Amino acid sequence: MDMTSARIARRPPPGLFKLATNAWTAPFWAAARRRELVAACCADCERFRMPPTPFCPHCQSQSVDWRVLVGTGSVYSYTVVERAILPGMEPHLPYVPAVIELDGAGGVRMISNLVEVDIERIRVGMPVRVVWDEQPDASAVIARFAPA
Amino acid sequence: MRERTAIVGLGATPYYRRGASAPRTVDELVGQATLAAVADAGLRVGDVDGFAYFAGGFDSALLAETLGIPEIRFSATLTGTGGGSAGAVGLAAAAIVSGQAEVVVCVGANQQGAQRFGAITAAYPATPENAFFSASGLVGPGHMFALLARRHMHLYGTTREDFSAVALAIREHAVNNPNATLRKPLTREDYFSAPMLADPHCLYDFCLENDGAVAVIVTSLERARDLRHRPVRVLAGLHGGSRDWGRSIYWMNMPDASFASSGHAAVARRLYTMAGVSPGDIDTAQIYDHFTSQVIMQLEDYGFCARGEGGAFVRSGAIRLHGGSLPINTDGGQLSCGYVWGMTHVREAVEQLRGTAVNQVAGARLALVTGGPSVLPVSGLILSN
Repeated sequence: MDMTSARIARRPPPGLFKLATNAWTAPFWAAARRRELVAACCADCERFRMPPTPFCPHCQSQSVDWRVLVGTGSVYSYTVVERAILPGMEPHLPYVPAVIELDGAGGVRMISNLVEVDIERIRVGMPVRVVWDEQPDASAVIARFAPA
Repeated sequence: MRERTAIVGLGATPYYRRGASAPRTVDELVGQATLAAVADAGLRVGDVDGFAYFAGGFDSALLAETLGIPEIRFSATLTGTGGGSAGAVGLAAAAIVSGQAEVVVCVGANQQGAQRFGAITAAYPATPENAFFSASGLVGPGHMFALLARRHMHLYGTTREDFSAVALAIREHAVNNPNATLRKPLTREDYFSAPMLADPHCLYDFCLENDGAVAVIVTSLERARDLRHRPVRVLAGLHGGSRDWGRSIYWMNMPDASFASSGHAAVARRLYTMAGVSPGDIDTAQIYDHFTSQVIMQLEDYGFCARGEGGAFVRSGAIRLHGGSLPINTDGGQLSCGYVWGMTHVREAVEQLRGTAVNQVAGARLALVTGGPSVLPVSGLILSN
């Protein structure tokens, strides 16, 4: 393989993200600090939801079980960002926002990125596994995904 | 509500390039479009007694003070963002039919000198909800809708050829329009040699970013009969959407059929029922074209073709003024004419039904206008002459 021509997906500018939480979302981010991928599951009807919210949309229950997931999934969709539309984005291009269908979570998806992958190899349906990125100021740990 | 109200006045500022409307203020642009619409209707500004907005709206108190409107009887804004552009006319009609107001202005405006819409997502405050997308570098709607476009390609075999058919047809309509921002003919070669911005969306899949304002005046059909122009009747105007669409691009958990869509299906069904017409009756459609891929998905949601067949539909030439069965965005749309958060589409539908459009659809009787595919509510409007 000609490695000089491979374009590897980079990480988006960390400055775009500033973590804010509330009582319903904080457990997700606390688990990420432990490098655990979790999802909110209704304690009554056992259906998952993402992102975590104060009510189960299926049964309106407010009881939540935080389930630790296996950390794998598949690419549901993706885009390759090639052009800077904010100052300072250039060194981070290209990066790949993606929607990941999480394994073991009843089909719920999370919005993330594909990293450590040759962009030409990315396909819808591609199996992926979580990798963890800490923000430069240590304010948050972010789940991203690489080929499984 | 059907055929109880009409659009009787139309006003607009020029479509300025992004930032070029300075030093005018955005309230000044809103005021200029409003005064022009009032004059076009043959009314006096003192006749205005209501405002119906979308996407945050404007300050009715300031407008009343500065324009000299003696009494405000209705002032309301649809929730959400650009999804409400067509639906603001329905909100105005609701105010009139319910007897709350008589002469209602619907006005939309952009001024992007300080904040360009292409990067608007990055300007949102850090909230617990936004934390679930902002880390991924989805900076603007163009990035987010690219995810929907990619899924549509995966499910239905839609291609960039299909997207190019939308861009080329709409540019063809802008070429004749002296108000259009981009009037140079666009070729297939231009399209495919353009830079990719957010794969699968290239430069020509994105709408323009203009400054400007467009206003229309809505009043009762009874009163409309005495005014200057032939009334453009509101057959149906409404907003809403399915929970399956919800926050859509900020959620990304829509069921598969809704994910690769424009989120308009529920509104489309109710709109046709209210208007008492079917897709085959529509003579021209002004489809919110922030992205070419979303034009294709709206054509599906509004029943002009089956789900998944939007690509073939646009490639057939159906959407072109010349020889098409459903000419769309006959002014050049937001892709090539001007972007004023969907209000340009209301303007063009009124021009078509008055018979004064630059690219007139012969014998146009019924026009569809759609609001932006965005967070719920989305909206639609069917007008008749």
